[in-house]
Amino acid sequence: MLYPDTVESEVLVHKPWFVGVMFAAIFALFLAFDLSGTLLGELMRPVIGEPLESGIYGRFAIAFVIAALFCLNVVLIGFASLRVQITIVWLELLLLFLAFFKTFNLSLPFMAEKLPFLVTQGLFTTIYVSAISIVIASAIAILGAVAKLSTNGFAYAIASFYTSFFRGLPLLMQVYLIYLGLPQLGFVIDAVPAGILALSLCYGAYMTEIFRSGIQSIDRGQWEASRSIGFGFGITMRKIILPQALPVIIPPTGNQFISMLKDSSLVSVIGVWELMFLARTLGQKSFQHMEMLISAAMLYWVVSICLELIQSRIERHYARSKIR
Amino acid sequence: MSEKIIDVRNVSKWYGSFRVLTDVNLTVEKGERIVICGPSGSGKSTLIRCFNRLEAHQEGDIVVNGIPLHDKMRNVAEVRKNVGMVFQHFNLFPHMTVLMNCMVGPMWIKGVSQAEARKTALQFLERVRIPEQADKFPVQLSGGQQQRVAIARSLCMQPAVMLFDEPTSALDPEMVSEVLDTMTSLARDGMTMVCVTHEMAFARAVADRVIFMNAGQIVEQGKPDDFFSNPQHERTKLFLSQILKH
Ligand SMILES: Nc1ncnc2c1ncn2[C@@H]1O[C@H](COP(=O)(O)OP(=O)(O)OP(=O)(O)O)[C@@H](O)[C@H]1O
Ligand SMILES: [Mg+2]
Repeated sequence: MLYPDTVESEVLVHKPWFVGVMFAAIFALFLAFDLSGTLLGELMRPVIGEPLESGIYGRFAIAFVIAALFCLNVVLIGFASLRVQITIVWLELLLLFLAFFKTFNLSLPFMAEKLPFLVTQGLFTTIYVSAISIVIASAIAILGAVAKLSTNGFAYAIASFYTSFFRGLPLLMQVYLIYLGLPQLGFVIDAVPAGILALSLCYGAYMTEIFRSGIQSIDRGQWEASRSIGFGFGITMRKIILPQALPVIIPPTGNQFISMLKDSSLVSVIGVWELMFLARTLGQKSFQHMEMLISAAMLYWVVSICLELIQSRIERHYARSKIR
Repeated sequence: MSEKIIDVRNVSKWYGSFRVLTDVNLTVEKGERIVICGPSGSGKSTLIRCFNRLEAHQEGDIVVNGIPLHDKMRNVAEVRKNVGMVFQHFNLFPHMTVLMNCMVGPMWIKGVSQAEARKTALQFLERVRIPEQADKFPVQLSGGQQQRVAIARSLCMQPAVMLFDEPTSALDPEMVSEVLDTMTSLARDGMTMVCVTHEMAFARAVADRVIFMNAGQIVEQGKPDDFFSNPQHERTKLFLSQILKH
């Protein structure tokens, strides 16, 4: 939460000047488009007559109605409590979004028919590849962070070379390097393990930096107190420093996880049947690309939302000790 | 025959080319209460942080509770078990309740059972007179209360000696006395203590010996009565006149 100053108590959307500006902006925006040919024009028929012949008057009336409805909506939402506000705005945005998809004329039965397979095969693969990768990446990140903070030259050099290399190369290149390069060295590796390895190494490099900054954000005094009680390095790290660094580490790590979920689609290039791969192949067969791509997009989004919820739960858990 | 808890012989320490401690000699005997004072930057903190090797010295010997302090990790760990330290900024573990702060030391180092650690912790929280705060988190406590928890946390390890590094200088005036009272009662119970502090009334009341440091050296030491009424060195006189002026 931002710091809520008590001086500014009036709600912004209830200030006349703000409503005025908002109204003017929306009005001007919609005046620029000719919407008389759409559903809106049809709805306005009683006021403007035949929509297509209404001309400037029709445009004016439509823009006015939209601006008025919009402002009314915003002002009304301003009265609600925080939770209700958030819910209503979310639902409205979602509705707009669905209306946008409706214009694509998608075949819903086709989507419904393919959905189970998309979920059980594609989504399942995507999730387990990402989940295993994020666990390995976190382990790498802790080691990498400790190495980067250590005074040991070897450890530092290896860790910084690693982060530099894997952050510097495109993920797609790493996937190829591992899948096609390792067999050159005599390790034949399956597509799924190769994908997991590539994702883990790449995200481990990013997360090394996240963990490093998290650990560094903890006051020196915590180390001193812990060491002076007699705790060794391991206990100090695991029980004193990392638990305090987690609130700093978790938001960007959640970000990485969500991002990995979608980047895992890159491993489809080596033939892993994850969500994106299936969506494309299923869509190609029957030339219904849009249906499958949108289904996949929705699935990615739903899973991301779940992750966001989990992340906010964990954050709340760690906020306990900060409440006065 | 009294027992030496801390024995410092000819200790010198450098930060780069800057000499922080010059040939320091000091012994602390069991049950002794020592106050170290001196101008800012004179090396007081550095000296007592050498006693549990939060800082490493480069020359001379430090023996704590019979164990010589040097690079060997085992020795350092053994010494730290027996030396409690209280910091200027408390350094409580903010993600644990007050009770847990006091329990983790005995549990993770001495392998004491949870029930027993809890009993000890409550006993020492009682001792610093804040048993009712046991289930709060450190941020929910006042500065004085936090410092008393920090003292209890150290006491739970049942150390042979307690080190205090300006324990009251981050506190509001009205909280200083509650911490000093706690320290005074510790002293009355015979705890061996080394305190870096500028609370001269406390030094007069409890110290067996007052040590004055300047520029990394022990310039003067003596019983509080002599030290305050009859300082020998010019530097000590100047320091005392400045600090007692107010
Ligand atoms: N990590 C460090 N690196 C370099 N110099 C340091 C370091 N820590 C302390 N010093 C220097 O060593 C000297 C002694 O510092 P120390 O903290 O022991 O002083 P002090 O007597 O405790 O002072 P104060 O009363 O301000 O706490 C100071 O001049 C300080 O600048
Ligand atoms: Mg100091």
